[in-house]
Amino acid sequence: MAKKQKIYGRPEALSSSVMHYCAGCGHSLVHKLLAEVMDELHIRDKTIGVAPVGCAVFAYYYLKCDISEAPHGRTPAVATGLKRVRPGRIIFSYQGDGDLAAIGMCETIHTANRGENITVIFINNTVYGMTGGQMAPTTLVKQQTPTCPAGRETATMGGPIRVCELLNTLDRPFYIERTALDGIHGILKTKKALLTAFKAQMDEKGYSFVEILSPCPTYFRLSPEDSLKFVKNELSRHFPVRVFRKEGVVIND
Amino acid sequence: MTGNEALAEGAVRAGCRFYSGYPITPQNEVPAYMAKRMSECGGTFIQAESELAAINMVLGAAAAGARAMTSSSSPGISLKQEGISYLAGCQLPAVIANVQRGGPGLGSIDPAQGDYFQATKGGGHGDYHTIVLAPMSVQEMHDFTINAFRLADKHRIPVTILADGRLGQMMEPVYLHRGPPPPPPPKPWTLTGARNRRPNWIRSLLVNEGELEKHNYKLQKCYHEIARRETRCEEMHAASCDLLVAAWGTCARIAKGAVLAARARGWKVGFYRPITLWPFPAKRLATLARQVKGILTVEMNCGQMLEDVRLAAGGEAQIFFSGYPGGKVPSESEILKTIYKNTRRLSKIRTRRPE
Repeated sequence: MAKKQKIYGRPEALSSSVMHYCAGCGHSLVHKLLAEVMDELHIRDKTIGVAPVGCAVFAYYYLKCDISEAPHGRTPAVATGLKRVRPGRIIFSYQGDGDLAAIGMCETIHTANRGENITVIFINNTVYGMTGGQMAPTTLVKQQTPTCPAGRETATMGGPIRVCELLNTLDRPFYIERTALDGIHGILKTKKALLTAFKAQMDEKGYSFVEILSPCPTYFRLSPEDSLKFVKNELSRHFPVRVFRKEGVVIND
Repeated sequence: MTGNEALAEGAVRAGCRFYSGYPITPQNEVPAYMAKRMSECGGTFIQAESELAAINMVLGAAAAGARAMTSSSSPGISLKQEGISYLAGCQLPAVIANVQRGGPGLGSIDPAQGDYFQATKGGGHGDYHTIVLAPMSVQEMHDFTINAFRLADKHRIPVTILADGRLGQMMEPVYLHRGPPPPPPPKPWTLTGARNRRPNWIRSLLVNEGELEKHNYKLQKCYHEIARRETRCEEMHAASCDLLVAAWGTCARIAKGAVLAARARGWKVGFYRPITLWPFPAKRLATLARQVKGILTVEMNCGQMLEDVRLAAGGEAQIFFSGYPGGKVPSESEILKTIYKNTRRLSKIRTRRPE
């Protein structure tokens, strides 16, 4: 009998807890990718995460690394404090669009501008998930949410903010990429982006930022399958999936 | 050196190696001093983008195990309250210096004592306290800061230094603390990377049934322990007087002079000053209230510590109040006049009542 070889399994850095996320939610997928990245880089025992307020607030239940909480939006500030005290550790902040682009926009921009040697993982699903699908800074024009029931209109609510593009105007970030969880190809690209971002930090190159367009079937009010199509067809149109900055150099279209 | 500088040097000598802050008058000498000293001693100084960022950088630094501090003045402290509540909830040791100015709102940049309620009754959301130390001299700005770091580490609690613009700006000679900083207790809870141990979590979110109640009772137990062991006050002729003058911080310093002047005139006046505003030294004041006829509270506000004085006195003594809420620092002679007025009021009360 041929010897069995294990070629795929649960990453070591991922706990065996059953996740609380909704069916088809992108968080569980990104958690898994993150755990795989920690395993492959052998950094689980020197990684410290900062979990956000919102759906991913229980990230510590799922990732087997040291984790701190942070008040809503202050995640990059907490990460800054951790990194400055423990420069030899790998620090990541994990944030949703409300946390990162609304209440925490100030911290987001200034942390990037200081070029803090941390990795920021930005889950963009265009809504506030935990509080009930309300409008986020990234909600698409005409997209309906409980707080823009007739659909977002730019005249009074402004347009969806493109965070990668905004951060790309700064001098200090080292790596900025936007990916999408819109299928196998997108998932693999996301993992590659996370690997690049963490490697950049390990090499002490500075601030790395990965925006991940992610499905929220519950508040898209779509099936998990149609949510992926929504990410692919609608989100990716407004938020182009690409590398914005590599090795500290701005990449043009 | 100035009070602000003495405070900052105290932090350095207490082993503080992380400071983040945001400019606001009248505490600007603190970040300026720390910017220089942190680079000299291999610590971290960050001028944050806001007070919110500053206090949360402290949260991260404390979670990583550093002795960390931030400072600000009244409106800036209001912004930091969110982070202070989280520090308390997460049981993280840190030091927050409030060099008070006039309020509410933008108020003025003059010294005031209007943040007593905010500092001692919580300030942010939830059932929590911070230890609150009230210095009254430049020397105490230095000494209390060193003690603040010791207390913070000992009890895993944020500690507030509640000073004011007068103390921050005035210059006095200071004996600087010599010798190594107080050694911190072991901190197995810090985030250092989960090598050969289970992952550590720093959190205040406890949503499972009964978890938060248990956590809050644990915090309350810690507060009771602090109240039992760390309560401090200063007194002078307090047990042998008719009128006890109660004051804190800058007001206490001036009131002490006024009490000495009053006693030189033969008036039966004593002095009582809480050093820890929280825990408030209520037990001692309750004892004193039974021995004296009246208590005069003097503050640079509209009567905030006055409420704790009333509670502690429990109706055992007449309570008088003199307040200066406009950013003005009272002079010794003004307080002396108030003492005189209230001593006379006391004697009238005595004569009206049959023995």
